[in-house]
Amino acid sequence: MLSIKNLHASIEGTPILRGINLEVKAGEVHAIMGPNGSGKSTLASVLAGREEYEVTEGEVSFNGKDLLDYSPEDRAREGVFLAFQYPVEIPGVSSTNFLRTAVNQVREYRGLEPLDAVKFLTLMKEKMKLVEIDQKLLSRSLNEGFSGGEKKRNEIFQMAMLEPKLSILDETDSGLDIDALKIVSNGVNQLKSKDNATIVVTHYQRLLDYIVPDYVHVLYKGRIVKSGTKELALELEEKGYDWIKEAVDSEATV
Amino acid sequence: MSKDNQILEELTSKEYEHGWSVNYEVDEAPIGLSEDTIKWISAKKEEPTWLLDWRLKAYKTWLSMDEPKWANVHYPKIDLQSLKFYSAPKQSKKPKNLNEVDPELLDIYKRLGINLNEQKRLQGIAVDAVLDSVSVATTFKDTLSKLGIIFCSFSEAVKEHPELIKKYLGSVVPITDNYYAALNSAVFSDGSFCFIPKGVRCPMELSTYFRINAANTGQFERTLIVAEDESYCSYLEGCTAPQRDENQLHAAVVEIYAGTHAEVKYSTVQNWFPGDKEGKGGIYNFVTKRGICAGDHSKISWTQVETGSAVTWKYPSCILKGDYSIGEFYSVAVTNNYQQADTGTKMIHIGKNTKSRIVSKGISAGKSQNSYRGQVQVMKRATNARNFSQCDSLLMGDRCGAHTFPYIDINNPSAKVEHEATTSKIGEDQIFYCNQRGIATEDAVALIVNGYAKEVLNQLPMEFAVEAQKLLALTLEGSVG
Repeated sequence: MLSIKNLHASIEGTPILRGINLEVKAGEVHAIMGPNGSGKSTLASVLAGREEYEVTEGEVSFNGKDLLDYSPEDRAREGVFLAFQYPVEIPGVSSTNFLRTAVNQVREYRGLEPLDAVKFLTLMKEKMKLVEIDQKLLSRSLNEGFSGGEKKRNEIFQMAMLEPKLSILDETDSGLDIDALKIVSNGVNQLKSKDNATIVVTHYQRLLDYIVPDYVHVLYKGRIVKSGTKELALELEEKGYDWIKEAVDSEATV
Repeated sequence: MSKDNQILEELTSKEYEHGWSVNYEVDEAPIGLSEDTIKWISAKKEEPTWLLDWRLKAYKTWLSMDEPKWANVHYPKIDLQSLKFYSAPKQSKKPKNLNEVDPELLDIYKRLGINLNEQKRLQGIAVDAVLDSVSVATTFKDTLSKLGIIFCSFSEAVKEHPELIKKYLGSVVPITDNYYAALNSAVFSDGSFCFIPKGVRCPMELSTYFRINAANTGQFERTLIVAEDESYCSYLEGCTAPQRDENQLHAAVVEIYAGTHAEVKYSTVQNWFPGDKEGKGGIYNFVTKRGICAGDHSKISWTQVETGSAVTWKYPSCILKGDYSIGEFYSVAVTNNYQQADTGTKMIHIGKNTKSRIVSKGISAGKSQNSYRGQVQVMKRATNARNFSQCDSLLMGDRCGAHTFPYIDINNPSAKVEHEATTSKIGEDQIFYCNQRGIATEDAVALIVNGYAKEVLNQLPMEFAVEAQKLLALTLEGSVG
């Protein structure tokens, strides 16, 4: 589904990603871990098409298409979803109105009829259950005055509504208490299928107790320096990142 | 960054939709302004002597006045002697009903999306259509007259209801009020008059649609709304003009009178030609609008969506004379390219327990300048006066300006006046967030701007709110990137 080859990206001339290689197949869950500043969120942003980042080298293919050629909105319409670490507030625009615009623009791109108000509400009611979100919250201004947990739940709710092929969860666990974490993970798990894939970007192993990855990758200094299965995450939890940093840094000096 | 500018570029480059003009035979006043011009207009309209005298008195007052210079707008001096002060489509005789109106004129309104044919009209809105200096048609007159409501052109009202005009004309905006109001009083040509008798709730929206077609002509219309005790009406005004290279002057006066327990809602969707991308042409919109809450428990509410005009100078105001009366002002003013707007309100608290509320949302894009200017005045006798003002500014791009000039003058210690102001920019973050959900940038901007202006748009009658939303998006099309 997703094939990243030798991806380099920089912001304002400073290189952040220095040669990422990653293959993600349908049905898989990949976790990207790593210390602060290793480039995890940058990778998520570059895949979603954020303008500030300049891709200087490498390629990204998504279902056979050159993803880097697409605008952010067309990437979304092709099925790339980013759950934001810091969801943005849009005053005066209800979540419902926002999502209806989004869902219908995505449908138009895919050659589908727009959903009328009734069909849209029916779909919404069905998906609301997944993340135990309240309809009252959805009639409020998007993310304005939402608690941390509500924001993250709303992200997963949007993901449920848009039915992406590839979901990238950027530090979705940050700022969540254990109950909210369970609800959010539960939602993500229910949305998993053999046809879609998930990339979980996280600093902590905690989230991976609930969203169990097939593969774990450690990102450090803009490169994937170690890959493994979910046991790697447990090892990181126990030993921290220092042993990996040391191994990489000593290699670099040799 | 560059993408921001690019989208701004696209949004701001949208062409004005109503820029076409039509050729028809006209009756025009000779160019320039003098006592003779005024006599010519008055004679043309077959006016009674008292009205001509009133006009001449206004003219004399105007001669002694200077053009106001305090607004935060800049434009070359207007040469009034090069303007025509009256222009009307030639009609062989005065049409008695819609069937007699020249189809060519009705067509102009059809092209603007305003169907004057009553059968085809949406239920619930009566329209007075004003073209250049005269009213060409008024719909639903019969339906309204059964309730005792008078809704007609100003000229007709002068003939049919002189006692009402004599009583209320100039009672809220006196001829001495300001330079443009005095000028309007001297040369006004037509406009709408509406009168809601005691205890009647007007069952439909009343609406005037102003269209300037003629070149080099000033439009000076006059609207007078009188709501007697315990009556209610909602009134809407819409405006467009052809795209011309020269600037055109529009100096209107609106007066509203509200009796005890009466309520008037006045909504404007102003879409005069704003000038082109280089700032050439466009309407100078210098308007005086004022309402008096004369009776206790009366209420006047102004809602305006200002998207057009090269220069706007406009302060719809409320004189809260009756005890417990309420004044409201809701405004969205959008400026783009080289547009300049200096708009706001005056709330004058005279009666006891009077309340006012001001919500102003400015949106500036391109190289435009957008100013809010508002005055809250609490007189000595106005115990327990309350005011709440909120003035927000939204900036798009980095070449525009937003300014706020609040004036507060309190003469009674029991007054409570609150003022809140914010300034924000449409964030790249917000746009990216929308993009990431599959929403195109232009739609994202429309969504964000409409969200920002929602509190004001909510005040508009339903179908006009939808129009206004589209208009906001169109005005700003191409302005974020």
